[in-house]
Amino acid sequence: MKEHLRQSMAWLHTWVGLVAGWLLFFVFVTGTAGYFQYEITRWMEPERTMQLDNPGEGVATGHMLELALQRLEQVAPVAASWRITLPHEAMAPREWRGLEIRWEEMPLPGHEWGASGSEKLDPASGALLPAGPEPRETAGGRGLYRMHYALHYMSYDWAIRIVGIATMLMLLAIVSGVITHKKIFKDFFTFRPGKGQRSWLDAHNAVSVMALPFFLMITYSGLVFFLFTYMPAGRDVLYGTGPAEQSAYYDELFERGEHKHEPIGKPAVALAPLVAQAEAEWGAGRVASVTIERHEGEPPEILVAQVPGGSLDFWNPATLRFHAGTGERLEPEPRPGGSAGLTQSVMFNLHEGLFADIWGRWLYFVAGLLGCAMIGTGLVLWSVKRRRHHLGSGREGAEHFGVRLVEALNVATIAGLPLAVAAYFWANRLLPVDIADRAAWEFHSLFAVWLGTLFYARARPLARAWVELLWGACAAYALVPVINALTSDRHLGQTLPSGDWVLAGFDLTMWALAAMFAYTAIKVRRRLAPAGQAVQAAAGAMPRKGVA
Amino acid sequence: MKKESTLTPAYCWSVASRVAAAALGGYALTSAATVLMSLLWPAPRAQGVLWATMISFTVYTVAVIWAFHTRSAARAWTGMVFGTLLLSGISWLLWLAERGGGA
Repeated sequence: MKEHLRQSMAWLHTWVGLVAGWLLFFVFVTGTAGYFQYEITRWMEPERTMQLDNPGEGVATGHMLELALQRLEQVAPVAASWRITLPHEAMAPREWRGLEIRWEEMPLPGHEWGASGSEKLDPASGALLPAGPEPRETAGGRGLYRMHYALHYMSYDWAIRIVGIATMLMLLAIVSGVITHKKIFKDFFTFRPGKGQRSWLDAHNAVSVMALPFFLMITYSGLVFFLFTYMPAGRDVLYGTGPAEQSAYYDELFERGEHKHEPIGKPAVALAPLVAQAEAEWGAGRVASVTIERHEGEPPEILVAQVPGGSLDFWNPATLRFHAGTGERLEPEPRPGGSAGLTQSVMFNLHEGLFADIWGRWLYFVAGLLGCAMIGTGLVLWSVKRRRHHLGSGREGAEHFGVRLVEALNVATIAGLPLAVAAYFWANRLLPVDIADRAAWEFHSLFAVWLGTLFYARARPLARAWVELLWGACAAYALVPVINALTSDRHLGQTLPSGDWVLAGFDLTMWALAAMFAYTAIKVRRRLAPAGQAVQAAAGAMPRKGVA
Repeated sequence: MKKESTLTPAYCWSVASRVAAAALGGYALTSAATVLMSLLWPAPRAQGVLWATMISFTVYTVAVIWAFHTRSAARAWTGMVFGTLLLSGISWLLWLAERGGGA
């Protein structure tokens, strides 16, 4: 019985993995890049200046708050809410924020929300900061990141369902893969290099077990992002399917009443002592913003909010509430949504990793790359196994169409997609800056190159296609910093001396990726040489065909 | 589930039927389980629905694995259909009782 379970799970693992593998590889590549989406966007907007240190350094908090209040009284004397953002180091996007004000006007009759506006102010003088240079039009890091759930060239509704099905298949592949495993820890330390299929299996096992908790977390939380799209039964049966019923459901879940504000003005109490009180609790520089608003039937209140990033409930940072007339501390409002809402929020944040500091983000990035390696080795394992099967049955003369197709798709995905992502960065620097729909052309470049690699994989002998495309990816990444140096002044010669680690880090990471592809290409190439020198590459792929 | 050498039409149909039982039958069963869990969850209704829906993906996973593990495709279908009917029936009764009690 136990043996039967393992066998049936092995079958399920194999086929579920194959069906979803290529799409999941795409999702993992673009999603992994997404952990650095803000850094990538910055690189893709070289015109933008970056605030590298505290813009409010040396200016008293009370002075900034006073300047901000004066400006708010000027631009929005009758408002539903005022918000002052104090200079702080934010995590999403990860950069220094300066002094900013934001307001919402009283809604017009019949409307729930009023018009809102915002301005950036000089912390010392309160003067309106001039807008920075307009960056080039680019899809940026967000474009890559967004594709990992919204794909491209198709409607959002279709895309999230397709990705959802693939994600569910991945969850099944993980669970069935674990069941198939007899001895999960023994297998983890088992590695037999240079043994063809056996080595692929060992590599696949090792990579999969290494980051298993990450894979389970990222898959399950991925499903939870669009949970009511994937599993609407509970909500639809108990609340109804219309838009009004669904919005009623969310209002109930998050205990939202009608959005009704009364107009506010400059508060009677000084803000600086309240901020000081919050800083005493959270530490200096941990206050993100001060909001002044008044809900209908309640006294006007002042809300001091912490910089998001203190907890796994990223978007609900701690707040302190004060009475705007007396400065008296008010009871904190309970977090809406209860334990269910909190659980969902924690899953979102584990998935997005915004709470993580720079090393935490690298850990996410590496775990994402291991995900790519897991899917890649799994796909190659499938074709290596099948090819051996066909060779064994004496049909080596007849190219098996299915196996050949899988092999071509493997090359084009595992070696071709990274090459296409490099083309996305090339396009950012090489497309004319004033071309219409520039961001769209960046995407077109990516997909055109990717399609090109598929044709290439079909046209070349398989073994040659692997090696050549891997070297192609290596060259494409190695040249990204070079093209950057030729087309912008934010290159390594400038970013390294000035200690701008975001931009320097991007260029250096490109070279690290190039080195990784070179290593893989060399390993794979060596596998082509006559037996005896067989070497195993963990991240690349090399079916046996070329040996013959 | 068996070796590829036994690729008879009957075998193919049985695999296809099992896949359908797992994917579609499993989804129906999971939907019914989600509604029932939403009704039974000891929290405000809206939160119960959120909990049940978050857990539904685990239910679906277990249902699919069972469908591939069980002895035959027929058994897989039987389990899915009767499970769905049973869970929906209990949900229906609970809902009626709630309505009656509340009125």
